[in-house]
Amino acid sequence: MSGELSAVKVGFSYGGAEVLRNVSLSIGAGSQVGLAGPSGSGKTTLARVLAGLIPPSAGHVACNGAPVRRGDGSIAMLFQSPRRSCSPRMTLRAVIAEGIAGVRGPRRRREIDAGVRQFAARVQLTGDLLDRYPHEVSDGQLQRACLARALAARPDYLICDEATAMLDAATTAAVVRIISGEVAARSLGVLALSHDRELLEAWCGAIKHLP
Amino acid sequence: MFSSRTSSPATSGPAAASVLRQVVLPERSRAGKRAGALIGAAVLAVIVAYAVFVPLIAGTDQKLTDFSSARLPPSSGHLFGTDHAGRDLFVRLASGLRISLLIAALCAVLAMVLGMLVGAASATLGGRADRSIMRCIDAVNAVPHLLLGVVIVAMFRGSVTAIVASIALTHWTQVARIVRAEVLSLRGLEYVEASYLLGRTRTQVLRRHFLPAALGQGTVATVMLLPHAIWHESTLSFLGLGLSPDRASLGTLLQEAQTEVMLGGWWALAFPALLLVCTTLAIAACGNGLVSTTAGRS
Repeated sequence: MSGELSAVKVGFSYGGAEVLRNVSLSIGAGSQVGLAGPSGSGKTTLARVLAGLIPPSAGHVACNGAPVRRGDGSIAMLFQSPRRSCSPRMTLRAVIAEGIAGVRGPRRRREIDAGVRQFAARVQLTGDLLDRYPHEVSDGQLQRACLARALAARPDYLICDEATAMLDAATTAAVVRIISGEVAARSLGVLALSHDRELLEAWCGAIKHLP
Repeated sequence: MFSSRTSSPATSGPAAASVLRQVVLPERSRAGKRAGALIGAAVLAVIVAYAVFVPLIAGTDQKLTDFSSARLPPSSGHLFGTDHAGRDLFVRLASGLRISLLIAALCAVLAMVLGMLVGAASATLGGRADRSIMRCIDAVNAVPHLLLGVVIVAMFRGSVTAIVASIALTHWTQVARIVRAEVLSLRGLEYVEASYLLGRTRTQVLRRHFLPAALGQGTVATVMLLPHAIWHESTLSFLGLGLSPDRASLGTLLQEAQTEVMLGGWWALAFPALLLVCTTLAIAACGNGLVSTTAGRS
């Protein structure tokens, strides 16, 4: 079916250890789906399978009707640790520019610079932070830069893998508000993975549970 | 009392030993290596200055012979004495050192470029390509380096290019292994996965993330390769396979010293050998300092 990111009877094993078994899930365009589950339940593995980073051992994953393909620009991810999500050798400007100049973005330097300023403002990052390196900013500021990078790629779907687990309550609320704004503005489909059921209830329209 | 037990020597002893083992000793070791690196750098600077400036200041051709002053021992007129053809060894040794350092630097840079590209590409590609490349590296390592070097040099006798190629082509594998290990440790990191999701190709990820990240380790490996390259050049020249005898290098000077020593000319062997050892130790100390700095950062 087109207009959704779907997993049908997906299974995955690391060696002999089965992590996912018969998992089916779909995220429609413009919807926010929460996926709750305890640590070790396979949330991150499912996120990586959905994003096309690893192929499923069983079942299949489709994005807008076609088999999911890594790097086609339709899916972006926001990871749990902002420190591991940014190269320590790149400034926040370069991090966001990487998203702008993705497969769907411009190639000209001037357009990329304008895009960086636009998306930095959208995630409430001030201009003076853009020339800093990851070790010079807080986790919250870095996660905003990661969010700007993900949104700047103009994906159809955003997978947030415990993206607010390392943030304080105020930054968590801000991140959720920005993502919800994108959902309303351009029908972004969001899959939010978390062990925090209360957060998912406040954030998402529908919540599924991974045993 | 609980408080008196925690401060008793029975419990504080092992804790103190643990702190000593885990914090104080490694920190002292690092500080020692840094001090060694500074001394090494100072010695190396003097050696390089000697190799660069002495032939320029001396103003005499190190190839000119003067048989009337052959085999003179060290004196105020000839600091390192003269050789069998009456050439001043202080000037000739500087010229030889310059060539040896140049060859070593070229070898190290070539080995670094080759090793970094192959190592990073191997780790980036992964799977069968990675395994195949690593088996090729094993194959290169399986052949004795000197033997392979001798074969290459024997095909192009007396050529600097052949010497550089023979050393670089047998030593890039160490850099490749180190860089591969570094890239493998980065491959699963989220920023690399994010880059792939944004549509970056393997080549772009290699260029943007892997090579800059591996540059530090690659540079350290290259610096550690420098003294080894100097020894290889000297060995090839000593065996008569390196530069022609009229072109001084540390190796050719040591080769000439064989007969000089038999005739009592100890200085012909002592000064080139001393300089070879000092250069090697100075570069090795700098390399150890670099390793220590990199480990401290990580």
